[in-house]
Amino acid sequence: MVKPEVYKSLGLNDNEYQKILDILKREPTPTELAMFSVEWSEHCGYTRSRNWLKLLPKKGKYKSLIGEDSGGIIVDDLAVIFKMESHNHPSQVEPKQGAATGVGGIIRDIFTAGARPIASLNSLRFGSLTQTYNRYLLRGVVDGIQFYGNCVGVPTVGGEIYFDESYTGNCLVNVMCIGVAKKTKLARARATGYGNSIMYVGSSTGRDGIGGCSVLASHEFKESEEKRPAVQIGDPFTEKCLIEATLEALATGYVIGIKDMGAAGITCSTSEMASAGNSGMEVDIARVPRRESNMQPWEVMMSESQERMLVCVKKGKEKEIERIFSKWDLNAVVIGKVTDDGVVRIKDKGKIVAEIKAHSLTQSPVYDMPYKKPNYLDRLNKLDINKIPEPKNYNETLLKLLSSPSICSKKWVYEQYDHMVQTNTAVLPGSDASVLRLKGTNKALAATADCNSRYCFLNPYRGAQIAVAEAARNLVCSGAQAAAVTDCLNFGNPEKPDRFWQFKNCMEGIADACKFFDIPVVSGNVSFYNESPKGAIHPTPAIGMIGVINDIKKVCTQYFKKENEIIILLGSSKEELGGSEYLKVIHGLIKGDAPQLDLRLERAVQQTAQEAIKKGLASSAHDCSEGGLAVTLAECCISNNDNVMGALIDNLDFIGRKDTALFGESQSRIVISCNKKSAGKIRAIAQNFAAPFRIIGTTGGKNLKISSGKNVLINLPIKRILDKWTNSLQSLITA
Amino acid sequence: MKFGVVVFPGSNCDRDCFYTVKNVLKQPVKYIWHKQTKLDDIDCAILPGGFSYGDYLRTGAIARFSPLMKQIYRFAQKGGLVIGICNGFQILLEAGLLPGAMLRNKNLHFICKYVYIKTETNKTPFTNFCSRNQILKIPIAHNEGNYYIDKSGLKTLEENRQIVFRYCSQDGAVNNQSNPNGALANIAGIINKNGNVLGMMPHPERSSEKILGSEDGFLIFKSIAAWLNPKI
Repeated sequence: MVKPEVYKSLGLNDNEYQKILDILKREPTPTELAMFSVEWSEHCGYTRSRNWLKLLPKKGKYKSLIGEDSGGIIVDDLAVIFKMESHNHPSQVEPKQGAATGVGGIIRDIFTAGARPIASLNSLRFGSLTQTYNRYLLRGVVDGIQFYGNCVGVPTVGGEIYFDESYTGNCLVNVMCIGVAKKTKLARARATGYGNSIMYVGSSTGRDGIGGCSVLASHEFKESEEKRPAVQIGDPFTEKCLIEATLEALATGYVIGIKDMGAAGITCSTSEMASAGNSGMEVDIARVPRRESNMQPWEVMMSESQERMLVCVKKGKEKEIERIFSKWDLNAVVIGKVTDDGVVRIKDKGKIVAEIKAHSLTQSPVYDMPYKKPNYLDRLNKLDINKIPEPKNYNETLLKLLSSPSICSKKWVYEQYDHMVQTNTAVLPGSDASVLRLKGTNKALAATADCNSRYCFLNPYRGAQIAVAEAARNLVCSGAQAAAVTDCLNFGNPEKPDRFWQFKNCMEGIADACKFFDIPVVSGNVSFYNESPKGAIHPTPAIGMIGVINDIKKVCTQYFKKENEIIILLGSSKEELGGSEYLKVIHGLIKGDAPQLDLRLERAVQQTAQEAIKKGLASSAHDCSEGGLAVTLAECCISNNDNVMGALIDNLDFIGRKDTALFGESQSRIVISCNKKSAGKIRAIAQNFAAPFRIIGTTGGKNLKISSGKNVLINLPIKRILDKWTNSLQSLITA
Repeated sequence: MKFGVVVFPGSNCDRDCFYTVKNVLKQPVKYIWHKQTKLDDIDCAILPGGFSYGDYLRTGAIARFSPLMKQIYRFAQKGGLVIGICNGFQILLEAGLLPGAMLRNKNLHFICKYVYIKTETNKTPFTNFCSRNQILKIPIAHNEGNYYIDKSGLKTLEENRQIVFRYCSQDGAVNNQSNPNGALANIAGIINKNGNVLGMMPHPERSSEKILGSEDGFLIFKSIAAWLNPKI
């Protein structure tokens, strides 16, 4: 008789345990119980989120591919595969290895699909850097990403980092990987064909990471320090060899299916590959290469040792596969075969330790969670801007915003990442989106990761829509057309109705915005239970978006290129301050509603910028986001280190308070610079799309000067702006 | 003329070097597996960047024991051209084909960024297409690029004009400010006495096409090609 505390310690509730009894019609063995506990965890089974994930559109302009472990789009004869995944709790416990194995895991999801990983991005959230532990986390996470990513030879080309108190006690580490394959060469994560062999390849198995997904990822986070052993240890060198060996093995045509042993290791890979292939599988775990002695069968099944995969190989071709992996000094061992009874049968030296229908493991229970709007929200949404004092000194306000860690340059971070290996990075980190050329074609990909979680906290539906709109805007500013999304959905405890309300509303926001822009969500990941004793994180549905640039020569960047060019603002500024970095940094408030968003206006602005770039009319294009127009203009002046220049802004449309125009975060705005001849042509394009257009100034000089009539609001030497913006993060970290 | 790109387990710039030679320089090139005990018929061996053997123990320390390295040594002794880039440079140091050693970067971090280097001599097979003192915009990406050699070693390098590249500013100033990693005397690349083995930390293959932000690195590939076949 299994005691309730046993199955509860594995994360199963009474009903779920009863269901297991009904399925098996007997008591589960310890191994079986462990297998159910991980497969039915939120992390593997999406038990609480699945009903809402159905809302997300799956089709768009480009043909989409939805695979078992990742998704992508078809661009001509190439498949672009990508996915974003979280590794939050492991990183909070052990930042370096937590982040490193996050990178390793998502890279494996990409190359097991048959695609060579060509780039990574990340989306990171931490609490305030005034706290020592948060600084330790940031340093550790960056160290983990550089340690793994640099060695494995996949460039880390972009991402975002934000700081907010809600992440103290629960940082977020979301990593996205992009890979490219010939569209005819994709691999599946399934086992089919009676008698075909099941091979174990890669590193050996140890006790590391046992219970990582069920214990660490599927519960609230309290006694974190005790859970350090549940964090896995990464070996990027082995992963690099595994990439090469796997791609070589796939090229033989003898591989029927392949799956990464990520969360829940052998359990997950055996049951999910069998289930996806409508097959059964019989493996003997005594044959699994080990790095520790005396491991119990359930420990072998649960281990999350890294850099391992399960491969279904055509019968008779095992030697060929073994030869390739041993060339790279990696294990490749036949541990079982495909059967036709639909049962996953796990043996240990011939003795059966688990025998479960594959489908019953993968068809986890689905829950309809209750939701309720949080009580505090109405109060928070009320903001009377007349009670907010206007800045006395706009220069100081701008400098303070530019040195806020969420806004300032992230050079200290991205210079530690190899962002150029593979020689595809055409736009380096530090612009709106990173651009990767596609070798052998005239095309390029643009990639970005975005989410303003403060907006999502104040208004989950609109905040999520803005995340989608902003990601698309970033891609457009680099000359791309937005093509597809991967989402990484970070929320608090789904069993609490106010948290689940945030999740539900964010799902609806993403779904509606993606449908409007005709962008499918092709892959993603859900991370619940992001809570510390102080409460839940701000809802953070990170949007990873890929765009396509049809002509690599038409790539655009955010910084001004030449002196005496015209500066244009597309879109218009409203008198709003809700959720802005200005309110938070200058006035210490997280208040108001998220900025307004009119999707049709957003589209008009994006189409105008896209057309202007495509016709070669724009010298630069930069999206307006955190910190508002003043910060955007400053970034246009300084973000190309080799060529900084000033600007004179003397024709802004100040409809209301000046701080709203300069620091408010109205959506759907893009700053473009162009030569004098092109300005009229861009105006015509804007008229055609019905996008607001206004010439606001000219580039050049040694200062950024912004005036309203005769009243000079901002006048700062570019050097001073550059210094603040460039050095703030490092001085905060090393404080 | 034939190029060979050596592949150690953990090399990760091998494909980039291969691509640059084949698609940009448009010369024949092949991969050479580190377990090979015979060196193919090549004129120039490229030891690419990356993390050979994970850089475990010490950068390049394990790779130098690869079976192929004996052949590289022999090839170099016979005057064959060898260029080690980044990890390749570190391996050449460990193998004793070049003098000196690498320490961790002064700031103790991995550094990936564009820097400028000054071409101290163009009288080498690897720089004959550059003008003397030409400033190249070229990226670095390493954890251990802080070159070190003892006083007499440095004197020898200088006397024999073996220092090929030094880190400098955009306008050519060689000083502490323009030194990204703390390398002694701003050294970014050196050549052996015989003038046929070059090691450099910056990545010419990452700066050989306009789309990547600089074509300056391509001068090094063009120099090698011109040296091997003056008719081109």
